[in-house]
Amino acid sequence: MGRYVIRRLLQMVPVFIGTTLLIFVMVYALGDPVAAMFGDRAPDPATAAQIRHNLYLDHPLWQQYLHYMQGIFSGDFGTAFDGQPVTQLMSSAFPVTLRLTLVAFAIEGIIGIALGLLAGMRRGRFADTGVLGFTLLMISIPVFVTGYLLQYFVAVKWQLANPAVADGAPFGDLILPGIVLAGVSLAYVARLTRTSVAENARADYIRTAVAKGMPRRRVISAHLLRNSLIPVVTFLGTDIGNLMAGAVVTERIFNVKGVGFQLYQGILRQNPPTVVGFVTILVLVFLAANLLVDLLYAVLDPRIRYA
Amino acid sequence: MRGAKSATMVIGAIAIALTATACGGGSSSNGAEDGVVRAWWGDPQNPLEPANTNEVNGGKVLDMIFSDLKEYDPKNSQAYLASADSITSTDQQTFTIKVKPGLKFSDGTPVTASSFVDAWNYGALLTNTQKNASFFSNIDGFSQVHPDKGQPTAKTMSGLKVVDNLTFTVKLTQKFSAWPDSLGYKAFAPLPKSFFTDHAKWIAQPVGDGPYKVVSYTKGQSMKLVPNPYYVGQQKPKNKGVLLKVYTDENTAYADLQAGQLDVLDSIPASDIPHVKGDMGGRYLNLPAGINQALSFPLNQKTWGASGMEKVRQGISMAIDRDSITKKIFQGTRSPATDFTAPVLGTAGGYSTDICGDVCKYNPTKAKELIKEGGGIPGGKFTISYNADTGSHKTWVDAVCNSVNNALGTQACVGNPVGTFADFRNQITTKQMINPFRAGWQMDYPLIDDFLAPLWGTNASSNDSQYTNPDFDKLISQAEAEPDKAKSVALYQQAEKLLVKDMPSIPLWSQNGGVAWSDRVSDVTENPFSYPVFYNITVK
Repeated sequence: MGRYVIRRLLQMVPVFIGTTLLIFVMVYALGDPVAAMFGDRAPDPATAAQIRHNLYLDHPLWQQYLHYMQGIFSGDFGTAFDGQPVTQLMSSAFPVTLRLTLVAFAIEGIIGIALGLLAGMRRGRFADTGVLGFTLLMISIPVFVTGYLLQYFVAVKWQLANPAVADGAPFGDLILPGIVLAGVSLAYVARLTRTSVAENARADYIRTAVAKGMPRRRVISAHLLRNSLIPVVTFLGTDIGNLMAGAVVTERIFNVKGVGFQLYQGILRQNPPTVVGFVTILVLVFLAANLLVDLLYAVLDPRIRYA
Repeated sequence: MRGAKSATMVIGAIAIALTATACGGGSSSNGAEDGVVRAWWGDPQNPLEPANTNEVNGGKVLDMIFSDLKEYDPKNSQAYLASADSITSTDQQTFTIKVKPGLKFSDGTPVTASSFVDAWNYGALLTNTQKNASFFSNIDGFSQVHPDKGQPTAKTMSGLKVVDNLTFTVKLTQKFSAWPDSLGYKAFAPLPKSFFTDHAKWIAQPVGDGPYKVVSYTKGQSMKLVPNPYYVGQQKPKNKGVLLKVYTDENTAYADLQAGQLDVLDSIPASDIPHVKGDMGGRYLNLPAGINQALSFPLNQKTWGASGMEKVRQGISMAIDRDSITKKIFQGTRSPATDFTAPVLGTAGGYSTDICGDVCKYNPTKAKELIKEGGGIPGGKFTISYNADTGSHKTWVDAVCNSVNNALGTQACVGNPVGTFADFRNQITTKQMINPFRAGWQMDYPLIDDFLAPLWGTNASSNDSQYTNPDFDKLISQAEAEPDKAKSVALYQQAEKLLVKDMPSIPLWSQNGGVAWSDRVSDVTENPFSYPVFYNITVK
């Protein structure tokens, strides 16, 4: 297992270099950011040239990339245009997004699996159809619609929560955005669990367990659910990365100053260090989550072994 | 059970992560502090140095924490002496400025003549890359500290001389009688010693001489300001402070305002404007601001710059139904243009309701005639370029094109979205535009000069149309040299009439600033720069 983990970690190196290069080139392709810094006023050429020089923009692309990578390996992720180091932006943004992700993840995992289990156990009955309808609805409505609707009704109309998340992102404020963020994935989790549970409920080992006279609770939790969760765990694992990156829209609606906020500002101001830095970390999160999922398989199904 | 054990560990890890991140925050509350105004804010684009701030979010803070030599009355935009005791000149070129005695920065250090001189020299020096450096370009010696090419040969401008502790003189490169009135622009703010000695600390918590002082600033989140105890000017705050909260989405800010979590919102989402009065129970104001919008032509291109084409440009102007567009698209938050300035100047300041005359009025028949006389639209078709990333320009550009197409009876005009603002500005500054493009101008100070000289003077800093007319240049320099205000304004207007004749750009409308507020606060208004007048706001 140790060798397997090391191999997987080594595979991350080329992926890391590839993604940073791709994103760097993409941000670069948006064009010269200096003109936009002056608003509707024409930049004075001498100042613009000096700014380009200070930001290393007067070098060819490959040199800029090397310069940037050199910085990264010494822990310097560059600076945003307002003079703040990107590492500082990261240390303020990632914890916030992580909190939002965890809230969403908890909602999605608990409610999603519960709904799926319910539907799977009562296949074809009212509860099953109800969950089917609900998940269909969640999947088909775009995030910003649920976001603005919930914000308006729950926060503005009924005043049950704050429309925007306060500084420092307390967990109480994150429940509403968490629900919005979890919405679509929750539907997928419910559907996946349902199918899997419905299938496994007819398996021989369940019949054996029931025939042994095992209590129903134990049959469901130790046998049925555990075996049904393998595809769900795969989905949940890859979804951590999606949730963190996909929070851009939700964070905007609920004014969460997380990764989405910084990425949005970075793209708007065409600041390569901000965008590349944040996306790179997100890529690492994706890779780590994938590795974690693969390792979790072994926990759930002892037949799976890594070498 | 091996599996169960590992599962417990996974859950344990999640629990640790949860508690670890929980330490990051959770203590701050959104609740309103007694007497403090909670206001909308956006993340400033640049560090908050006065000569480096050229957008509204940074400008909003500078407006509160700095008091300039002159300030502008929020009601009639007239400049009055604030930190200056007197500004005198005999030849309109060399000015003697006396600073009021006893003024202090919010850290208790005195405001002296060198506070201004040092700040201006800092702003002008090329290596400091201040984005507003060009505001010092009419001071003698600017070209040594800020050469067009190469490194500066001097660190300070020869035109600035400190006479004594509170007096300094400024020599301009040419006569400019209204120059003192431009000193309310925040690039001309004084800076305390700490700005130069501990720059990083100053940037983290700016110190100024204005009505408010910054007590805490969390970049990207919020800024807390309280009244500056050392401030003695006439903008004494009537509240216990202001909390500026950063929002990424104005729709969220609007929801917060409705839910009572925000007090002042000066950026109302376009979709909410039709019902904002009803939502807020009438607590909404729509006031003229010094911002206008136009359709500029690339006169460096033969197609649009050839002589005779001014008739085509005038014709297009007459094919635009400004009244309907401002009413239907903008819900009355824009006023149709009647000249090249904006109504905030007031008629004494040079705003006119008839300089553009019939050329800015909708008249399809006349439009068709003029375009025909001028030789027709080049190639029979043109596009209007705009940036698609911010400002929702698409709606009005499409409306303008529809209006032109309807008036001319052909499909001559179509919008041309450019992906980003940076790309859009690059195409303009590198003179690659071949068709008309949208242009917006926000005044720096409420003087007619600011609406004409930087935009239409030959090789002027923001002459995006590449317009050049020696008669115009001559009239502007005469107007700048003229000491009598009324005579000077008349000369400016004479120059403006040349613009109507040549139509380098079609004036469309001037923008209003909208502000809505909660029932917790009252006496909310906006100044001509469309910043809320914070010092006047009272909290219940």
